[in-house]
Amino acid sequence: MRNLDEIVDEATELFNSIDDTAELEQVKARYLGKNGELTDLLKGLGKLPADQRPAAGLQINQAKNQLEVLLKNRRLLLQEKKLEERLKEEALDVTMPGRGYGKGGLHPVTQTLNRIEAIFHSIGYEVASGPEIEKDFYNFTALNIPDNHPARAMHDTFYIENGDLLRTHTSPVQIHFMLENEPPVKLIAPGRVYRCDSDVTHTPMFHQVEGLWIDEHASFAALKGVLANFMACFFERNDLSVRFRPSFFPFTEPSAEMDISCVKCNGNGCRICSYTGWLEVLGCGMVHPNVLKHVDIDHERYVGFAFGMGVERLAMLRYGVGDLRLFFENDLRFLKQFN
Amino acid sequence: MKFSENWLRTFVNPSCTSDELAHTLTMAGLEVEAVEPVAALFDKVVVAEVLSVENHPDANRLNICRVNVGEHAKEPLQIVCGAPDVCAGIKVPCALVGAELPGLVIKSAKLRGVESLGMLCSARELGLNETADGLLKLPDTAPVGQDFRTYYELNDQVLTLSLTPNRADCLGVYGVAREISAITNTQLLSFKIPPVQTEIEDSHDIHIDAPDACPLYCGRIMRDINSGVETPLWMKQRLERSGLRPINTIVDITNYVLLETGQPMHAFDLAKLDGAIHVRYAKKDESIQLLNESQVALTTDMLLIADDRKPLALAGIMGGLDSGVKNETSDIFLECAYFDPDTISGKSFRLGFSSDSSYRFERGVDFAATRNILEYATDLIKSICGGKAGPITEQRGKLPQRLPVLVRTSRVQRVLGIVLEKTQVAEYLSRLQFDYTEQDNEFTVTPPSYRFDLSIEEDFIEEVARIHGYDEIPAQLPKAELRMLSSQESMRVPAQIKQMLVLRDYQEVVNYAFVDKAWETEWMQNQNPIALKNPIANHLNVMRSSLMSGLIANLQFNLNRKQERIRLFELGCCFEKSATEQYLQIEKLAGLAYGNVFPEQWGISARSVDFYDVKSDIEMLYQSQAISFHAVQHPAFHPGKSTQIMMGAKSVGWLGELHPRLQKQHNLSRPVILFELILDSLLPIPLAQIHEIPKYPAVRRDVAVIVDNQMPVQTILSGLYEKMPEIVTEIVLFDVYRGNSVGQHKKSLAFKVLLQDTQKTLTDDEADAALSILLEILKTKFGATLRD
Repeated sequence: MRNLDEIVDEATELFNSIDDTAELEQVKARYLGKNGELTDLLKGLGKLPADQRPAAGLQINQAKNQLEVLLKNRRLLLQEKKLEERLKEEALDVTMPGRGYGKGGLHPVTQTLNRIEAIFHSIGYEVASGPEIEKDFYNFTALNIPDNHPARAMHDTFYIENGDLLRTHTSPVQIHFMLENEPPVKLIAPGRVYRCDSDVTHTPMFHQVEGLWIDEHASFAALKGVLANFMACFFERNDLSVRFRPSFFPFTEPSAEMDISCVKCNGNGCRICSYTGWLEVLGCGMVHPNVLKHVDIDHERYVGFAFGMGVERLAMLRYGVGDLRLFFENDLRFLKQFN
Repeated sequence: MKFSENWLRTFVNPSCTSDELAHTLTMAGLEVEAVEPVAALFDKVVVAEVLSVENHPDANRLNICRVNVGEHAKEPLQIVCGAPDVCAGIKVPCALVGAELPGLVIKSAKLRGVESLGMLCSARELGLNETADGLLKLPDTAPVGQDFRTYYELNDQVLTLSLTPNRADCLGVYGVAREISAITNTQLLSFKIPPVQTEIEDSHDIHIDAPDACPLYCGRIMRDINSGVETPLWMKQRLERSGLRPINTIVDITNYVLLETGQPMHAFDLAKLDGAIHVRYAKKDESIQLLNESQVALTTDMLLIADDRKPLALAGIMGGLDSGVKNETSDIFLECAYFDPDTISGKSFRLGFSSDSSYRFERGVDFAATRNILEYATDLIKSICGGKAGPITEQRGKLPQRLPVLVRTSRVQRVLGIVLEKTQVAEYLSRLQFDYTEQDNEFTVTPPSYRFDLSIEEDFIEEVARIHGYDEIPAQLPKAELRMLSSQESMRVPAQIKQMLVLRDYQEVVNYAFVDKAWETEWMQNQNPIALKNPIANHLNVMRSSLMSGLIANLQFNLNRKQERIRLFELGCCFEKSATEQYLQIEKLAGLAYGNVFPEQWGISARSVDFYDVKSDIEMLYQSQAISFHAVQHPAFHPGKSTQIMMGAKSVGWLGELHPRLQKQHNLSRPVILFELILDSLLPIPLAQIHEIPKYPAVRRDVAVIVDNQMPVQTILSGLYEKMPEIVTEIVLFDVYRGNSVGQHKKSLAFKVLLQDTQKTLTDDEADAALSILLEILKTKFGATLRD
């Protein structure tokens, strides 16, 4: 019979040299199995004199426990190793593209409209809308555009068979809104408008945003403040210069045209601004008393200002689009650049 | 409106440069579009006289000239000239040696062996004209040796104004001068002409039959005019710088007066007049041949100048060809009148042309200056062409009124949002030459006769602001009460819906709202589309009732540009007539999918997008709203692959595969899936109503049955949901199989059934009992057999 220490030493060496789980279990049987060496030793305890049995038994059991711990650690180690190998096997090429849908996107006009709406919303403008086929009254008469005004001539306006027309601006939304709501009024009206005109710089349909603020404190100074603030926010330029020039619109008095310093050349003069350093961006003015009369608002008590801007124009300046018609060709190679 | 700056400065001459002047005008509302020098820069060009011309011995086309350039040379210069029209005695501009012309420096040179000490110039060589017809011949009176730039007034700019329609008063040089005088506070030369001495008694009767249309008509006879006289150079130049071509002296003079004063005039050949002048509306079936040689059929709303027998001119628009002055005319009848803007308006547009005259009368001409201007024109004619003037005959109707307007300093301040003293307001009104009185900070202002745009207080507030300067009004952020904007949680905004489609890989497009009528009637079930009276093109003649044609056009456009997988959507207004011919304007959302369901990529095998792929997009859009699908046929869709989308009993949209015939017609190689939904049906979204999460586990049972292939799944599910025991919480289709093992015209459907009791854990027996109820419904109602 071998010395207990000898057996433990041998088994320890053996266990630590085995790299395969199944083999480890076989080797385990050799020492700790039914007919294993340590098992045999335990079985043989009975043959020892009674006074030696407890000490011998203790020794053997200690050896057995020692081996079992060893075995357990070895098993864990092997499992770890195995897992490590498997994970290594499973490793992905993380640089390969993800699977599934591609990227959709919003039309640049929508993106620009969203931006305009958000900026005005931030100071409490609500969004209003109105019909695109419009009555003459709302598009012209109520806006103080008399019968013989050049804007009514057939070359500007699309007429419908029954005498209605396609709105030529979003200003009629003002009228609808003021007829339905009491002042104070603070709205913007984004939408499609139509002019019977088609060439390099005109499309028969385009988008406008109309703005209106009617209350007891509105003034021309406030109009300038709001619009200058808007342009600075829209172009994210605090250094933007603006200027207002007298102009003429039948539905505002005084009327103004607003210019901003060219966003391309910072006012130094370039092709975009026709070498003037200025870009015409919108028309505006104080709401004409005749307009307020048409909607039964006391024009002595209330003063208001209105403005109208071309969305494509702003989008072209913002994103550097050179040709208006691109917005309506719907060429994916153009549209996808905004995604 | 374009004109010479030097001409303008004869009336008002502020001390500022041309560019400063242009900026000032622009900032006062008279937008200057361009400031252009009348001639390119050049120097050392003088007025010269050709003394003699000899043929060049060695060149057929060249001549050797002796040219007098006055003080610039001790003796006549020898100049070789190639112009065929050179001859002795003419005066022409001559570039001396050392002169720098546009793109050319003059040096002394030998031409075919003969020395040449300068160049005789054409208008083109001096950059005055694009083309030239030989040398620029100068009048005999041109002083030899004078600097040509000075002589020809070439140190001048042409200003081009883009005027708003309210500023008719600036459609003449003097009007612009008046405006500049107000803006810059500079003295304005007055325009008062003493009446011309009459030398003959001849006069012409004038009858105004339409006094509202012609409130003022002045005319006079002039005899013994020498209309063969050449128009003076200075006048020609001013006309040319305003873009007018000289025609004949009398017409040039009336045109000149128009440009200077804004008052259109007309001269008739007296010999062609039969009896009195009548201002009347045209009769039915009358016609006239105009100066532009067009024959015009007149309508009864057109105002005429006629004599006893025939129409002579279209009043305020254009004269007749026959009664116009010719080069040999010696006796004329000169007209200067005021026509009502509303009467003139729109007529020339209807006739397809615009004239300088109609442009001004349509916008309003100063009716207080009419007679004075007739005197001015008479004076010009007499001094240029001679002749004798008869007395002025004047007929007056009811002239426009100029009512005083109350302008309160307080209101000026309130509208502009600035503090403006009474004295400032008074100063601005004075500078504008408005008549006013003032009491207690309130002004009573009478608009001048030349302004047609001042009738209410706000009009004057704009005038005050213009003179004060818009730039001088500070930009102030408004102060207002802070009130939050309310929004409805149970309504989505369109932007949210759009964003959902974007996340499903759709690209937004924007199309015109006009389509081809044939498309609407043949494919969109719209027999009566809303038609445009004046479409931009024949194939865009009606309003769309659907967005689909736009999407299909976009698809083709992009396929032609080598795109293979295309997914588009558009949100826009559609238009149709109701049964009662009312116009319905409905916002719709339409989408199109074409090509592979996913972008080409590794790991997913390519497959064409189909009906069910897009159906899932629609189900996603509606979120928890209840919608159902009914196979209904639509002319544009594949009869077996299309559905109407219902919300309750209301149709809210369509989904389907484009009809193979249309697919072929559009040359599309793969199927196109299209949908279109009414936007309003998408917006409401129920507010979440929370119920308790069950404490007890749910039980799942699967059921597979075989039914007729034609049996719609939605019908089966509805049948089950209607009658199922309370503990059944969900039934979901998870597999469909067709094949030999289930028999011909049959399909196998596999459902997952979830069962749940909120009060206790379900027993197997309870679950089995519920399941057998479902199976019974399947069997009896839908003829299903259990699949083994």
